[in-house]
Amino acid sequence: MNSKSADRIASGIFYLIALIIILILVGLFYYILFNGLKNISLHFLTAPSSNIMAGGGIRDQLFNSFYVLFITMLIAVPLGIGGGIYMAEYAKPGKVTDIIRSCVEVLASLPSIVIGMFGLLMFVNLTGWGYTILGGALALTVFNLPVIVRVSEDAIRSVPRELKEASLALGITHWHTIKTVILPSAFPSILTGIILASGRVFGEAAALIFTAGLSTPRLDYANWNPFSATSPLNIFRPAETLAVHIWSVNTQGLIPDVEEVSSGAAAVLIISVLIFNLLARWIGSMIHRKITATK
Amino acid sequence: MSEYTFTPYNVIRGDWCIMEKMVSAKDRLLKSGNNRMDGELRGKILVILCAVIMISATIAITIFLGTKGLQSFIKNGVSLIEFITSTNWNPTNQAKPEYGTLPFIFGSFAVTFLSALVAAPLGIGGAIFMTEIAPSWGRNILQPVIELLVGIPSVVYGFIGLSVLVPFIRENVGGLGFSLLSGTIVLSVMILPTVTTIATDSMSSLPKTLREGSYALGATRWQTIRKVLIPAALPTLLTAIVLGMARAFGEALAVQMVIGNVKDLPSSLLDASATLTTIITLNMGHTTYGSVENNTLWSMGLILLVMSFAFILLIRYLSSRRKM
Amino acid sequence: MVTATKERPVESKTVPSNRNQTILNVKNLEIFYGEKRAVNGISMAIEKNSVTALIGPSGCGKSTFLRSINRMNDLIPGARAEGEIIYEDLNILSEQINVVALRKEIGMVFQKPNPFPKSIYENITHALKFAGIKKKSELDKVVEESLQKAALWEEVKDRLYKSALSLSGGQQQRLCIARTIAMKPTVMLLDEPSSALDPISNGKVEDLIVELKKDYSIIIVTHNMQQASRISDKTAFFLSGDIIEYDLTEKIFTNPSMKKTEEYISGRFG
Repeated sequence: MNSKSADRIASGIFYLIALIIILILVGLFYYILFNGLKNISLHFLTAPSSNIMAGGGIRDQLFNSFYVLFITMLIAVPLGIGGGIYMAEYAKPGKVTDIIRSCVEVLASLPSIVIGMFGLLMFVNLTGWGYTILGGALALTVFNLPVIVRVSEDAIRSVPRELKEASLALGITHWHTIKTVILPSAFPSILTGIILASGRVFGEAAALIFTAGLSTPRLDYANWNPFSATSPLNIFRPAETLAVHIWSVNTQGLIPDVEEVSSGAAAVLIISVLIFNLLARWIGSMIHRKITATK
Repeated sequence: MSEYTFTPYNVIRGDWCIMEKMVSAKDRLLKSGNNRMDGELRGKILVILCAVIMISATIAITIFLGTKGLQSFIKNGVSLIEFITSTNWNPTNQAKPEYGTLPFIFGSFAVTFLSALVAAPLGIGGAIFMTEIAPSWGRNILQPVIELLVGIPSVVYGFIGLSVLVPFIRENVGGLGFSLLSGTIVLSVMILPTVTTIATDSMSSLPKTLREGSYALGATRWQTIRKVLIPAALPTLLTAIVLGMARAFGEALAVQMVIGNVKDLPSSLLDASATLTTIITLNMGHTTYGSVENNTLWSMGLILLVMSFAFILLIRYLSSRRKM
Repeated sequence: MVTATKERPVESKTVPSNRNQTILNVKNLEIFYGEKRAVNGISMAIEKNSVTALIGPSGCGKSTFLRSINRMNDLIPGARAEGEIIYEDLNILSEQINVVALRKEIGMVFQKPNPFPKSIYENITHALKFAGIKKKSELDKVVEESLQKAALWEEVKDRLYKSALSLSGGQQQRLCIARTIAMKPTVMLLDEPSSALDPISNGKVEDLIVELKKDYSIIIVTHNMQQASRISDKTAFFLSGDIIEYDLTEKIFTNPSMKKTEEYISGRFG
């Protein structure tokens, strides 16, 4: 076989590979959305779930997913941005900085189940809290921190040096410069990164199974007192999220309409993640346009 | 509270900012307690605290999981050798409990390697497609596809595997459907984006002169790819594959839903199996905290932790070789 | 040609002035980047209310020297300075110096205009607010004053709240000068302030600098020898980290004492 035909065959194979990848995605999305969308109804979204009977909804799980995400970000974002500021503005090249970078690398590569186990050890057993939203949020913070630190550090580093120098040369302290000049400039990129990270956190389950648990107590949505036991805002209660729910109905559950509930929940999950991604893109480009098109 | 205060209009000088120059140079310029440095210190402490928390978290994870994982050997007297090499897993047997986790270790490595075997050609092929075959439009199509694949949560992969793949294999290929094969396929799709993204970065950062030189010698595109580009990119391509493997090794839920979770060593691709992650996921919930069986689960978690470190070291080694 | 033939008012020798008073006294200043020495033990006295130009080929230490005066070199890891720079009887290279306070008195304008991505008004008030001035009436006053002094007020007074990035390059640079002036410094350091500007803006900035020396002492680094000869009173010629010659501008450009100076002036190198 001469090289010309080998080249042509090879090109064909590459086209085939690309096609396979596209088909995989299309197939997956088609299955989820086609099967799932028909199971999503207002009832599905607002009814409580059932462990045994058909017709259960995902109301509590949906709320839990968003609430756990919110609490996680409440903790992880300030920590992550602080870490990013340190790495970009204060860290001197040397042993300590290398150690911090290695730590971030380690945290980033831990499987989520290992983080879940750590959460179980620390935030469920050691503290005696049992399964709680806070425990889940703390576990997810560990999971999320490396991403936010990296995004913050990159964003801060890409703020032009001239801006920082201009502020310092006017007699403004380093920290004030960071607060009022550098962070506002870096903010769009950081925000985009946070929204993308939110998408990942929203779909995470392995870390939550052993920390936020597989159940939700009876909730009274009219009760906004975070310290009350029946309030959905109470962070010391167990909370099964949407992703965990999909897993548990398929492996532990006994409900007869497992397929319908799972596909509906999966569709909701995917759509939410899609919305997060699109939102991140849209905000990123909007702010980018606002900053560069000031003429 | 700064040394730069404007006075009202000063009649004498017809000027309005003379006050601060009356303060001596020493008071103005030397460091002292009431210069505006405490905000500076507060900020610095705040961010250093964040850095410290990150280090502590990593250390805490290692120490806590390490100690807990060693409990079964230290406190319960489980033999390490048996743990790693025996194929009999029978922790609940009252008379003769056995703690051999080899089937699970084998399962973990098996799905990892097999899925890498599938994902590597697909991922590298996709990367080459984007950078060499269709450089102008390939990326515009495949890149969003890859990003969407990344966005799908692992439970959804598991669910689709369960409802589509398992019955398909059961009816068309054989066995129960719950098998190593299902686990492999699901994992391959899951690690595909990782491999593709890094492989694409790798291929696109090759210097243009490499391609130009090869074409100038009359080589075809395939010859250039095969003989020049892939060897040049090999270290990073290997890194891409290793990263994919690391991800596969640690994946729990998606695999657990399709692999069958039996405690016997599989003898074929179609046999059901189990991995370290799946056993932990299944059993952690219904074993009592502190019991021997529970402790062995933590020991398996320790193996996962150690493997994560091993993968990191492997990747660092590969990256440093590239620099030569 | 806007500037070549324009006359500069000659300082009357009979009018007493603050000139011949030293505002900065540099003694044996050496600046290192790690092991590499960029400035080799220079000494010079900068006169009050004058324009001192630093000229010389690229990379010979002019900017490094300039940046050491307001301690901007502190930002570069591995940079260190030895020797003394005496300002108001204090060695400002000393560790005891509060550099934040120092930079309010010794301001700097950079080569590339770098206004903050905020409004024109906020560019000027940003540092003022940090310095403790909060009242709007006072802020307004300083903003107008500074923009007047920077010869920019007429052009922007109707759009103070528009983004500073909507100004042209020359206007942005004058804005940067305005915000430095707002801090009421004693000394102003200009690092090639008009090298990134078109000739007309260049001319406006040069006119501005000559005006400003009445109230401030100005040190300007420039690659443009014509500019140095137009606007400065004294000039120092730098080469490879040393000062080859430092004298009245007139003398440097018409009858330099050192051969190297003469070669540089006539364009034989650099």
